[in-house]
Amino acid sequence: MKAALKLFRVSLPASWLAPRTALPVAVLIILGLVPIYTAVTGDAFMLTLFGRIVILSIAALSLNLIMGYGGMASFGHAAYLGIGGYAVGILWKEGIASGFVQWPVAIAVSALFALAVGALSLRTRGVYFIMITLAFAQMVYYVAQGLDRYGGDDGLTIGSRSRFAGIVDIGNATQLYYFCFALLLASLFLISRLVNSRFGLVIQGTRSNERRMRAIGFSTFRYKLVCFVIAGALCGLSGALLANHTNFISPSMMFWTRSGDLMVMVILGGLGTLFGPVLGAVTYLLLEEALSRVTEYPGLFLGPTLLLVAIFLHGGIQSLFGAPRRD
Amino acid sequence: MLYFIEQCLNGVQLGMLLFLLAAGLTLIFGIMDLVNLAHGSLYMLGAYFAATFAAATDSFVLGALLALAATAVCGMVLEVIAIRPLYRRSHLDHVLGTFGLLLFFNELVRLIWGPAGMTLSLPSAMLSAVQIIPGVYYPLYRLVIILVALAVAALLYLLVMRTRLGMLIRAGASNREMVGALGVNIKLLYTLVFGLGATLAGFAGLMQAPILTVQIGMGENILILAFVVIIIGGIGSIRGAFVAAIVVGLIDTLGRAFLPDVLRSMLSTNAALTLAPAISSMSIYMLMAAVLVFRPEGLFPAASR
Repeated sequence: MKAALKLFRVSLPASWLAPRTALPVAVLIILGLVPIYTAVTGDAFMLTLFGRIVILSIAALSLNLIMGYGGMASFGHAAYLGIGGYAVGILWKEGIASGFVQWPVAIAVSALFALAVGALSLRTRGVYFIMITLAFAQMVYYVAQGLDRYGGDDGLTIGSRSRFAGIVDIGNATQLYYFCFALLLASLFLISRLVNSRFGLVIQGTRSNERRMRAIGFSTFRYKLVCFVIAGALCGLSGALLANHTNFISPSMMFWTRSGDLMVMVILGGLGTLFGPVLGAVTYLLLEEALSRVTEYPGLFLGPTLLLVAIFLHGGIQSLFGAPRRD
Repeated sequence: MLYFIEQCLNGVQLGMLLFLLAAGLTLIFGIMDLVNLAHGSLYMLGAYFAATFAAATDSFVLGALLALAATAVCGMVLEVIAIRPLYRRSHLDHVLGTFGLLLFFNELVRLIWGPAGMTLSLPSAMLSAVQIIPGVYYPLYRLVIILVALAVAALLYLLVMRTRLGMLIRAGASNREMVGALGVNIKLLYTLVFGLGATLAGFAGLMQAPILTVQIGMGENILILAFVVIIIGGIGSIRGAFVAAIVVGLIDTLGRAFLPDVLRSMLSTNAALTLAPAISSMSIYMLMAAVLVFRPEGLFPAASR
């Protein structure tokens, strides 16, 4: 009998139980269960909060692709959030509510913008790159402020969410959440495939030593540019989700401190690790929320926490769980 | 024409404030290699201190002097406690850490002074306007800002280029290990430089305070302008910061003043009124992008790099 049972014993690879695998799995399971929690307790706020976390996780993942794996520290990533959001908002205002139009436009415009920004800024490096990406984001911010027809500085309330006739009804909060969650999983899959492909290895090699990569014959500029465009497109998608989630767009979603938030999430979670950005987004946004419930001045504690992480935690939260550190 | 002169002076005045902010930023950036997003917070603190002390002492000048001292102390304490451990970390960790400081200071100010802004009123002697050329009157206070900032720029030049301390500062920018090996207390030097930068930022804040309101987050917009200035001027170059600050101040002010009319002559009134603010706000970023594309090290790269 014992021998027969042995035949059915499930043996998992030891690495599955290691903290660095178990933690992401646990976090994803929790994220997946949030709508059920809301259905049971009726606490709709949780669903809204976690919906935001899931969406910004996608944005953080896209930033990590260029900043963590590619060594391109963009300080203007919130611009793509805004462009994606404004694509949805502007098309809605002009009477096109179909998601099949809105979302491809959001992604395409973000990708085009990333192409232009990347083509100009990838000539510079280091701090200069940080600043030139910031400059482009500020330009978009001021353009959005000037769009009087779409609310100007006050922003625009979007009357209805994108319509995906026959596939999914994201007007329903739970369906929207699972839609975003599915896109988060897809983004994780995409990025894990991408960074382990030949393309991803060239990108990572370029981060370590660009001169050497050029010497062995890679046109590193083109690889970096393609990577930059992919990240921009993914973040544009996240912006389209965000506009649908909040039903609102405004220039403030592109202000430079929003780009700072995204950078903080990525560095906090673990630069250049697959799951770090999601951990960072979850931690940062939950910490913010929790602190604002217990104190009137959350920044008083959040700020020093970030400083301590910058000083002491080499490689972010992910490094606490044994992930290899990447600089 | 007279309007043009007035607007040019406004541009120079904005440029002078930007210079005060950017000079500290470029020193800290060039010498300690630190990206300091909290620099705008010191600007804000300077303004809040000045408003508080001026109200308490009933004297603008006394309040301003006390505020300068307080900002300098804040800056040096901040350096010793929070900034010093960051030097050895990467630029991205600087962004994370000083972004945290920015959140902290915004909240601290809200805790101490409350969410409503403050005003700093000028002594009545400053409220008059002077006739600079026949027919053109200009607010005295703005002229004072320009002159005082010019004096500070001259002092800063003397300090950095003509004193022993300045020599050490420049040497520290070129090779910090070597300066340390020669027996200079590099830690103390860094604290002093950071304190100097903080004082300049606080000075910019308190000078600007009577023109704009003193409010939370007032440093965030202007910090980015100061970054633009030091990138255009070349990181670590005070001379570059001076030239770039005036250029940026002029472009920003003149753009706002004249672009609507220029555009109106080409487009419909409505389109012009919509486009002009956006384009004038964007113009300095376009300038910076152009400078970076054609001269990636800035207009006046510091000689040491």
